[in-house]
Amino acid sequence: MKSWNNKAWFLVLPVLLLVAFSAIIPLMTVVNYSVQDSFGNNEFYWVGLEWFKEVLESERFHNALMRNLLFSAIILLIEIPLGIAVALAMPRRGWGVSVCLVLMALPLLIPWNVVGTIWQVFARVDIGLLGYSLTQLGFDYNYTQDVVDAWVTLVIMDVWHWTSLVVLLCYSGLVSIPQAYYQAARIDGASRWAVFRYIQLPKMRRVLVIAVLLRFMDSFMIYTEPFVVTGGGPGNSTTFLSIDLVQMAIGQFDLGPAAAMSLIYFLIILVVSWVFYTVMTQQDAEPSSGRGQSS
Amino acid sequence: MSILLNNHVGQRRSKRWIVPLVYIVFLMLPLYWLLMMSFKTNQEILSTFSLWPREFTLQNYITILSDSSWYSGYINSLIYVVMNTVISLAVALPAAYAFSRYRFLGDKHLFFWLLTNRMAPPAVFVLPFFQLYSAFGLIDTHIAVALAHCLFNVPLAVWILEGFMSSVPREIDETAYIDGYSFPRFFTKIFTPLIAPGIGVAAFFCFMFSWVELLIARTLTVTDAKPISAIMTRTVSASGLDWGVLAAAGMLTVIPGALVIYFVRNHIAKGFALGRV
Repeated sequence: MKSWNNKAWFLVLPVLLLVAFSAIIPLMTVVNYSVQDSFGNNEFYWVGLEWFKEVLESERFHNALMRNLLFSAIILLIEIPLGIAVALAMPRRGWGVSVCLVLMALPLLIPWNVVGTIWQVFARVDIGLLGYSLTQLGFDYNYTQDVVDAWVTLVIMDVWHWTSLVVLLCYSGLVSIPQAYYQAARIDGASRWAVFRYIQLPKMRRVLVIAVLLRFMDSFMIYTEPFVVTGGGPGNSTTFLSIDLVQMAIGQFDLGPAAAMSLIYFLIILVVSWVFYTVMTQQDAEPSSGRGQSS
Repeated sequence: MSILLNNHVGQRRSKRWIVPLVYIVFLMLPLYWLLMMSFKTNQEILSTFSLWPREFTLQNYITILSDSSWYSGYINSLIYVVMNTVISLAVALPAAYAFSRYRFLGDKHLFFWLLTNRMAPPAVFVLPFFQLYSAFGLIDTHIAVALAHCLFNVPLAVWILEGFMSSVPREIDETAYIDGYSFPRFFTKIFTPLIAPGIGVAAFFCFMFSWVELLIARTLTVTDAKPISAIMTRTVSASGLDWGVLAAAGMLTVIPGALVIYFVRNHIAKGFALGRV
């Protein structure tokens, strides 16, 4: 068991001070703005929960939220199965492992706006390989004008960018399965499907939970890539919450509504994080899990 | 043991490599296109459609490496990324040790609260960051971006390091104390070498997330500390779209990641799982 020692607080103090500076003070500023209105000249007056009401009732917020949820759902439905499939088929030993890992991790390390730029160029009808090929094949493809095309482009881009994360997590879960499990399955004459369903999937549960929640949260706060590729258009069809928020705060300088929206947005993330944390700590508490709590 | 595993999947083994291969080709295609574009002249990009450069040119790279408004962007990015990595690790190491070894008042809540900062949408913090750092006169400095990126990198580093530290048996600490080691000496001489891979992975992830982030970095900088990725977006909107130079600049941002990834390839998944695989 861990020993009880309140002096450990001193070790945590530097983190606390630093994160207080970079998280709590800014967050308090947001709370401050969300309950006040201004006519400029730094004169503020109290408006209570007006802004929250306005944001929660506005069509614009609903639409952006719906787009975000739809985007996250599509992303999860494609990336999780694809990631599992690739991880299952990856080599387990030899030089192929390193090659696969390095090449697959490459998209994860490209600055996000460069990812946007790459796909903006790649999908262009006049000079991009994807756009040009599709047009030559007879598809009427143009992501700057057609809503469906814009969405398809963003989804493919995100699959390109982030599926490797799922692959890496699943792969590390798979290689941690002891060989004895496979030997037992062989003796029992288990089918390939049974091995996957009753050995590999349960053993991957832990990393899959992490993968699903990381992918949900990161796709839920996506900003840079769609901003670069579509700029939120055509029309407002790819304006996600983040893009809307930055536009409101920096573009129009509507501090009150922007602050209220920030807090609602943050609250959604907070609830999901809480679920994430609960699931993870519950898994830690299970004696059968890899890490165990007793150490 | 390996023979048994190979037998088990033996029937399908011959075709299994197709899936990763197709996936990697899919990953490489856009990068290939960017690489090829960076070797083409602007005129060739716009006028003809070719899979590889007809007139091979290095002019795009020369433009970037000889113009200080371009290459200073790389230097700026590297400066604040390194600063951020050092700060994050320095504060995260003791905290992670506390979380992995002791129970104390409010430890679980604190640990969760740190995680929420990793999950906070950067867009929420853009405006308050700008005002906070303006008030301190830190706008357009490297340290401002480095501190702002601590918002998500410090929690990440604490989580990853805690995962690695928890796999080191507690008996090692106790034996060292019995042998008369003081805490600082034990930490630097015995404990740090033991979790060296964890420190490497945490450093890599701090480097990575600070390197790929743009929204906050762009907001907090004007000219002197502007990151390369922000300079790129500016060039897209102005100066008549120099595609060749843009592609070359993009290619150059890929290189640092490609270099460091090789060193942590075996631990990278553990890092993504916040040290909990």
